[in-house]
Amino acid sequence: MISAASDGLTTIDIHGTEVQTFVAGVGPNIVYLHSALWLGDDTAFVHELAKHGHVIAPLHPGIGVGKDKNNIGSVDDLAYLYLDLIDQLKLKDVTLVGASFGGWIAAEMAVRNCNALFRLVLIDALGVKLGAREHRDIQDFYGTPDSELTRMCFADPAKSGVELRLLSDDDLRRRLRAREALARYGWQPYMHNPRLKLWLHRVSVPTLVMWGDKDGVASPDYGKTYANLIPGSQFELVNNAGHLSHIEHPAAVASRIKSFAHNR
Amino acid sequence: MRVYHFSEEPYPDVWTPDRPTLRVTLPNELCDPKRANELYHRYVDEWMLADQLGFDIMLNEHHSTATCLTASANLMLAILARVTKNARLLVLGVPVCNRQDPVRIAEEMSMIDVISGGRLEFGMIKGVPYEIAPANSQPTRMMDRFWEAHDIIVKAMTTHNGAFNFEGEFFHHRTVNIWPRPWQQPHPPIWSSTSTPANAKEIGVRGYVCGSFMGGIEETRKLHKAYAEGYREGGFGNEVPVDRFGYLAMCATANTEDEGRRRADMIADYLRTNAQVADPFNKPPGYFSVDAAFRSMRSLNPRAFRTLMTPKGRPVELSTATLDDFIECGIAFAGTPDQVYEQICSFVDGIGGLGNLLLMGQGGDLNHEETVDSITLFGKQVLPRLKARYVPEMKFAA
Repeated sequence: MISAASDGLTTIDIHGTEVQTFVAGVGPNIVYLHSALWLGDDTAFVHELAKHGHVIAPLHPGIGVGKDKNNIGSVDDLAYLYLDLIDQLKLKDVTLVGASFGGWIAAEMAVRNCNALFRLVLIDALGVKLGAREHRDIQDFYGTPDSELTRMCFADPAKSGVELRLLSDDDLRRRLRAREALARYGWQPYMHNPRLKLWLHRVSVPTLVMWGDKDGVASPDYGKTYANLIPGSQFELVNNAGHLSHIEHPAAVASRIKSFAHNR
Repeated sequence: MRVYHFSEEPYPDVWTPDRPTLRVTLPNELCDPKRANELYHRYVDEWMLADQLGFDIMLNEHHSTATCLTASANLMLAILARVTKNARLLVLGVPVCNRQDPVRIAEEMSMIDVISGGRLEFGMIKGVPYEIAPANSQPTRMMDRFWEAHDIIVKAMTTHNGAFNFEGEFFHHRTVNIWPRPWQQPHPPIWSSTSTPANAKEIGVRGYVCGSFMGGIEETRKLHKAYAEGYREGGFGNEVPVDRFGYLAMCATANTEDEGRRRADMIADYLRTNAQVADPFNKPPGYFSVDAAFRSMRSLNPRAFRTLMTPKGRPVELSTATLDDFIECGIAFAGTPDQVYEQICSFVDGIGGLGNLLLMGQGGDLNHEETVDSITLFGKQVLPRLKARYVPEMKFAA
């Protein structure tokens, strides 16, 4: 979630879907797909990323308030929408970064088309089913009280958690839209595409998978197995971090992405 | 006036106020199948008695809960279609957006209509929020799915010249051709239920029967007004027949006022414990609009179940209301037959008329003997007077 107060939101019309987009910084292209959990705030992270490059961070339709005549309603739609965004802005050599739900979208984009990509970074990404059918790989956001979910998202909930009732009206509404939009995209199958793991071998750019060592939504083991499905990928833990590790440690995670992306 | 006897078929043994949740995650080890067997047979007996007394019958369904053993209203309807003789059989309703296959619903409803010889009253509903988790159904865009399910069901019931194709946004059937077709033509009367004027108007536009549940006089008046607007907009005429509206309340009758009130108080525990649900399942994403969710978050008591106003403008929170609060609001009718009759007339006249009175005549701990006594007294001493006073030809007062 990128908070309503952040400046630099511009509206980009992608074939009839208006996407509110955070744009900032100069340098190499970084497309950032935000985590959509209503309990975290990605704003500090996108500003950290903007210190290292030209950041384009769309608010997922349903969370942003752009008009959408296409009724974007699936992760499949989002993957093509953002590939179109990259085409439309004529972005080259993109470092594509996605966190949590945004990581799922990034993976779906990369299996479709890596032509415009230079690096892929997945942070505590959702999107694949790895365990047995009775095993819940990804905790149920909608069957868990917010207080418990916050503890899954942050190693230090007191420091990084968001108290919804203290938010501005605009921010609260945006978070309630996120809660709904995330359900629209990932209710069933729950936060994954059963076929995605078949195609992860198609990812043809260097990939870094980063994971909170205390991720309570999807475990580091899940992250390691996910990474193993992507040829040549690196897996790294973020120390003392929950599921939203980039929100807990924005400067460190952004800095690691910079060194990964600059290492040609 | 038609009066429907309704019970949710509770399993009262483990239904206690101290449990944090009575729904969704309550382990079924608490359900003894032998006890459930007794209860099912008991409730069928009560519905059969209601049929003999001149009542009509209403059912609904809930899932994963001790408050309601009717996990499939259609199955219970199929039994009642066979063992009752005269009662209209109202399901209010079938949760059409929580069922995977609307064609199967059309088939089952047609079977029930045929087995009962045309006694089905077919309610289609959205379902309450905590039904989402047991059904694992998508909580976003539910009403879009609702109306698409409705369209395919009605088309399946009314198409008689062979199979048709349906490829909608949510449902896909290439060969729809149900057997049997319904007894009632063109289809059984369709109902839906709501608590909002916007939905009441939409039901009115289609000319369907609008059910409302325990909203009291003030809210029900608003729903009537919105329904009438829709009804006129739909081109069904300026005057709305009273049979286009149904209202659900709790009711207990006894030979003495004290006894009637004691029985109603037991039924009222149904409403008081209604919100006893593990929190996340009460507010599935998208079930309520963002605006409604926003208002709830900003309200002083986000956990409040439902607050109603009495006719004198006093707020009543349903989870803690007394029996007198419920009676004052028109949510419960209780006492001797004369008192119950007077309370009902006062309510019905207060809302401008009513064709279908839906009465929860069994609820909570109210046992079989007391239920039998209560509905027998009502059936013999209240029902004939209501039928004489409120004739089907009546129209809603403007």
